[in-house]
Amino acid sequence: MSHAPYLQFSQIGKTFTRGAATTEVLKEVSLDIAKGEYISIIGHSGCGKSTLLNIVAGLTGATTGGVILDGREVNAPGPDRAVVFQNHSLLPWLTVYDNVRLAVDKVFSGKRSRAERDAWTLHNLELVQMTHAKDKRPAEISGGMKQRVGIARALAMEPKVLLLDEPFGALDALTRAHLQDSVMQIHATLGNTILMITHDVDEAVLLSDRIVMMTNGPSARIGEVLDVNLVRPRKRLDLVSNATYLKAREAVLKFLHERHRFVEAA
Amino acid sequence: MSVTALKEPPQTARRASAQVVRLAPARSSLSARFRAAGRWAAVNIIPPLVVTVLLLVLWEMLCASPTATLPSPSRIWAESKDLIVDPFFVAGPQDIGLGLRVMVSLQRVAVGFGLAAIVGVLLGAVIGQSVWAMRGLDPIFQMLRTVPPLAWLPLALAAFRDSNPSAIFVIFITAIWPVIINTAVGIRNIPQDYRNVAQVLRLNPLEFFWKIMLPSAAPYIFTGLRIGVGLSWLAIVAAEMLTGGVGIGFFIWDAWNSSRLPDIIVALVYIGVVGFVLDRLVAGISAIVTRGTASA
Ligand SMILES: Nc1ncnc2c1ncn2[C@@H]1O[C@H](COP(=O)(O)OP(=O)(O)OP(=O)(O)O)[C@@H](O)[C@H]1O
Ligand SMILES: [Mg+2]
Repeated sequence: MSHAPYLQFSQIGKTFTRGAATTEVLKEVSLDIAKGEYISIIGHSGCGKSTLLNIVAGLTGATTGGVILDGREVNAPGPDRAVVFQNHSLLPWLTVYDNVRLAVDKVFSGKRSRAERDAWTLHNLELVQMTHAKDKRPAEISGGMKQRVGIARALAMEPKVLLLDEPFGALDALTRAHLQDSVMQIHATLGNTILMITHDVDEAVLLSDRIVMMTNGPSARIGEVLDVNLVRPRKRLDLVSNATYLKAREAVLKFLHERHRFVEAA
Repeated sequence: MSVTALKEPPQTARRASAQVVRLAPARSSLSARFRAAGRWAAVNIIPPLVVTVLLLVLWEMLCASPTATLPSPSRIWAESKDLIVDPFFVAGPQDIGLGLRVMVSLQRVAVGFGLAAIVGVLLGAVIGQSVWAMRGLDPIFQMLRTVPPLAWLPLALAAFRDSNPSAIFVIFITAIWPVIINTAVGIRNIPQDYRNVAQVLRLNPLEFFWKIMLPSAAPYIFTGLRIGVGLSWLAIVAAEMLTGGVGIGFFIWDAWNSSRLPDIIVALVYIGVVGFVLDRLVAGISAIVTRGTASA
């Protein structure tokens, strides 16, 4: 591929200022991402992963540098970069269906008829297997289900990039594995470009094409980028003893726990 | 920056989430349902009834002597029976049942409070959105809300030169502060998550107002409305005493001038009951509207 990358971070820096105190959180973060790639960002708590994701989402502005998506600079939030938030962020007064429908209506109003939007909403709930609970409110469904609805809402916007901020962080291991399989499935079918933050080394290796490892803050940078050359579809059981898998896993663990061990921020 | 809101924490919301978790009751037989109704009555109706009867007996004993300055219940019954048994009689333009008078007062409250609710929510939304508006206006509102309702009346009379709009204005100005302040606090407390969702979806300001702000701040708004409706009812009675007309407030004033103490006491009971019903009404609407607002 010789043409410009689909999603490009160029020299992103971010400094927070409160009164006289300034904290440089990110420094010179650059990365080129191809269309359809699955990228994981891993790093110790507080290093600035969420900040980076929010900059890509347009929710936070970069202090220096910027993000270019599909040839255009990103400077405001928009449905072409759908976010699945760490804590699902469903609107509690709307049903599962209405939460997704709100996004569908907003993105496709004027482009698709009511019936089409209804069908598209249901289709996306179907993708995450949540059709059965479509009339429930978020308070009435489990954490894993909420996260799935959050994913359905993001997918329904047909985003150019899907941004996942520790999407499975708050879930038990079984639910997490189940959702990871769902996301792999969706990625395989739809070919989305996905940027995912995670704390979980296994998750990163299992899902990603490349793993971006960040150094500790302040002034966090990209420490290393690891290619995960595992064929897809990947099956978690087959990988348990796969040499490439184990090597990748080891590399990430070494980065996190040997070279960039977590130190309490001063 | 401190915002002293007139609010109890939005309890309705918490109660709603509790309801959601509750298991559906097993289909009960008719007799079981009767028993449940009986138990509800025993808990909610019997105690106030018993206390009321006891208080009436005590009152009767205290005011039974011929030298008592206040009428006893039996005397009230004897002299004001027509007011008690028929709230809706019409015996002349100025001689109507207390139910009809209450209606007149309620109409004024409806207009004044309705305006206060609409203007209060809109202003509160604007103020809650802006840190500087909040900083600048909050102390002023906190001061204005302590001005007693009747203190506005002379100004209102001077401005409107008519008693009816003046009474309505007094209601408006009394009820609006808690609505503004609570709405503003509710808007400030909209979780950043919901704002992020709105931003990613690119909701325009109007959509944001209807789809995020109102539902998210609803528990706070209703707390403000509930305080506001109570204050309105307090204010209308006082305002009507001074502005005249056929409302319940003026009735009391009129009864006092013609020394009909028993009538006054009957009117007080009416006012209390209506105020109670108004409060329950807003609380009930709030419970229905904010059912889903409990954050999951
Ligand atoms: N609005 C803000 N103002 C000032 N500092 C901030 C702000 N937001 C984040 N920070 C700081 O930036 C740093 C990175 O925060 P960020 O939330 O991006 O970390 P993270 O890598 O996502 O951590 P975690 O893995 O725990 O979610 C933290 O030290 C935090 O204190
Ligand atoms: Mg984070």
